[in-house]
Amino acid sequence: MTLQTETTDQQSAAHGFDNDNRQAATIGDAARDYLNRLRGGDMGSLPAILGLVVLFVVFSSLHDRFLTTYNMANLVVQAGSICVLAMGLVFVLLLGEIDLSAGVAGGASATITALVMIDHGWTWWTAALAGIAIGALIGLAIGSLVTLLGIPSFVVTLAFFLALQAVPLKLIGSGGSLRFDDEVLRGLSIKNVPVTAGWIAAVVIVLGFAAVQLFQYRTRATRGLVHKPLALVLVQVGVLAAIVLGLTALLSANRAPNPDIFTIAGIPWVAPVVIALLLFWTFVLTRTRFGRHLYAVGGNAEAARRAGINVTRIKITAFVIASSMAAISGLLAASYTGKVSPGSGGGNVLLYAVGAAVIGGTSLFGGRGRAIDAVVGGLVIATIPNGLGLLNQASYINFLVTGGVLLLAASVDAVSRRRRSAAGV
Amino acid sequence: MTQPLLELRGVNKSFGAVHVLHDVDFAVYPGQVTALVGDNGAGKSTLVKIIAGIYGRDSGDYVFEGETVAVHGPRDVAALGVEVVYQDLALCDNLDIVENMFLGREETRGIGLDEVAMEARARETLASLSVRTVKSVRQSVSSLSGGQRQTVAIAKAVLWNSKIVLLDEPTAALGVAQTRQVLDLVRRLADRGLGVVLISHNMTDVFEVADRITALYLGRVAADVPAKDLTHSQVVELITAGRSGDLGITNVATATI
Ligand SMILES: Nc1ncnc2c1ncn2[C@@H]1O[C@H](COP(=O)(O)OP(=O)(O)O)[C@@H](O)[C@H]1O
Ligand SMILES: [Mg+2]
Repeated sequence: MTLQTETTDQQSAAHGFDNDNRQAATIGDAARDYLNRLRGGDMGSLPAILGLVVLFVVFSSLHDRFLTTYNMANLVVQAGSICVLAMGLVFVLLLGEIDLSAGVAGGASATITALVMIDHGWTWWTAALAGIAIGALIGLAIGSLVTLLGIPSFVVTLAFFLALQAVPLKLIGSGGSLRFDDEVLRGLSIKNVPVTAGWIAAVVIVLGFAAVQLFQYRTRATRGLVHKPLALVLVQVGVLAAIVLGLTALLSANRAPNPDIFTIAGIPWVAPVVIALLLFWTFVLTRTRFGRHLYAVGGNAEAARRAGINVTRIKITAFVIASSMAAISGLLAASYTGKVSPGSGGGNVLLYAVGAAVIGGTSLFGGRGRAIDAVVGGLVIATIPNGLGLLNQASYINFLVTGGVLLLAASVDAVSRRRRSAAGV
Repeated sequence: MTQPLLELRGVNKSFGAVHVLHDVDFAVYPGQVTALVGDNGAGKSTLVKIIAGIYGRDSGDYVFEGETVAVHGPRDVAALGVEVVYQDLALCDNLDIVENMFLGREETRGIGLDEVAMEARARETLASLSVRTVKSVRQSVSSLSGGQRQTVAIAKAVLWNSKIVLLDEPTAALGVAQTRQVLDLVRRLADRGLGVVLISHNMTDVFEVADRITALYLGRVAADVPAKDLTHSQVVELITAGRSGDLGITNVATATI
């Protein structure tokens, strides 16, 4: 006891404050810190991971094909567009705003992409860029109305939700649909990365993650800054390696229903697209001034303004990112179904994405959220229609379950927020 | 006496028909704590906002280090080295201490943030102010007590090598021990040579740290004297009546708005 007090005193003499540097000296301390944060209501992605476990247990016990590699690969592809849509929504949710139009904005963008390819013979990438540009314009319009006129984002985006459904309806006609069969864009969903390339990419990601973590650990430790214990860093690298390499192995096996006749193996192309977006936006959110300012505006807009941050610019940019990501999500959805129809992006698509972001740990109240939340939550949400589809359930069940999940996620968010303010975490 | 760091000369300010400040002279000296006292509505916050560049002046000069300067907004004032710690603290609860201290002025390396440099500098600043109560500089601000939050807000001002720090009622919402911390910190700022302006309603706090006391009465300067030349009750009289013995506004009757 005496000994410990002494060391603490020495440290505070050297650094000016107690306890720092040894914030979590061992993995035990780190675990205790984590438990304290959980108790304080800071749950991160834990609800999503628990939800995923529950859904897997339920569906695999109800249907024997649920856990097959074929269905798992299918799940990855289905989750892609939800994850991307949710990742975009994280940016507006971080500001405490909402974008109800993101789903149909994706549908409208995909319609444009399909039309310019079919009617005007544009290449896949110019057509895709055109669709994404349409998304960006929609975001610019929404962001400007919200910030410059001061209309609540709920109202602006509800109006856009209604109005944007007119675009595909007018351009395609009710009951019609546009084929979406470009080799590359359609291939995102139905083709796979060659197995060797997939393994190489997986190993590069694991090594890259390990290098960044260890480099950070060394710099922080030698400069005497706050850092995680080495053991924790190693555990994290190990967990990531297990997940990445495990999934790669799973998806590299031949999953064809008749393995003797066909070979279907490799990571679906959608996955690298989602991972690239995840890495890019994670960098933007955590390592750039823009990202820092986004969190600041979401936490306390007045403080951000006094600190010289251009709040209007940050807000408009967030809406532009959300709608652009919605456009990419719309392309992935069209790639999955192979067509664009007037209903694309409508229905419960948006609520799935909001549910994904929130169940993954992004707060509806602003200031809290990460890009990875959208991916983890997106996997949970995608599992619901996947499993229900296998069980041949009527579609009303799907709506009921989606509504229930959204409400549950929002309740978890509200409760953990209350606990946070009580615990001051 | 040394030259003031900052001087306002003959400042007038009206909001529409309401004349809030009348020919106010105000000076801030390096290494000194100047307490700005006055009843509610006397014009203290207005004066601070004029110094901060948030409000313009109707007339009067803004003199910084002996030279008249043109001040058009908060950025000009920040560029001079004047920082304001507002009554309602401008901190983001969802960010940690380092992130708050550098908010809006983050250091970068290439396209990314230079977290290592920022954390090291924040730590240095807190250590140089002998802030001992903060557990970790990577702690979220929402987990701090009122006094610690005030400390972070003040340290944020010091980080930028400011020459003047203005504090609007920094101890109003604090308990005894936390008030103690903040007052110690205020004293240390002055000992480092900064000019400190402290707005406070608490006479005990004022007498504890102030070198000079400037009393405002209905928008006029009633007195600007060294704290040691005043007693508690004199200050209270200056605040409530605008005069005390030889001190104060000579004809209170004409000093109406
Ligand atoms: N923005 C404003 N518009 C109109 N009147 C104001 C404004 N700000 C302050 N006042 C008036 O100026 C006077 C001084 O206010 P203030 O500077 O806030 O006093 P203090 O901070 O000393 O309590 C008050 O009568 C107040 O009503
Ligand atoms: Mg005031």
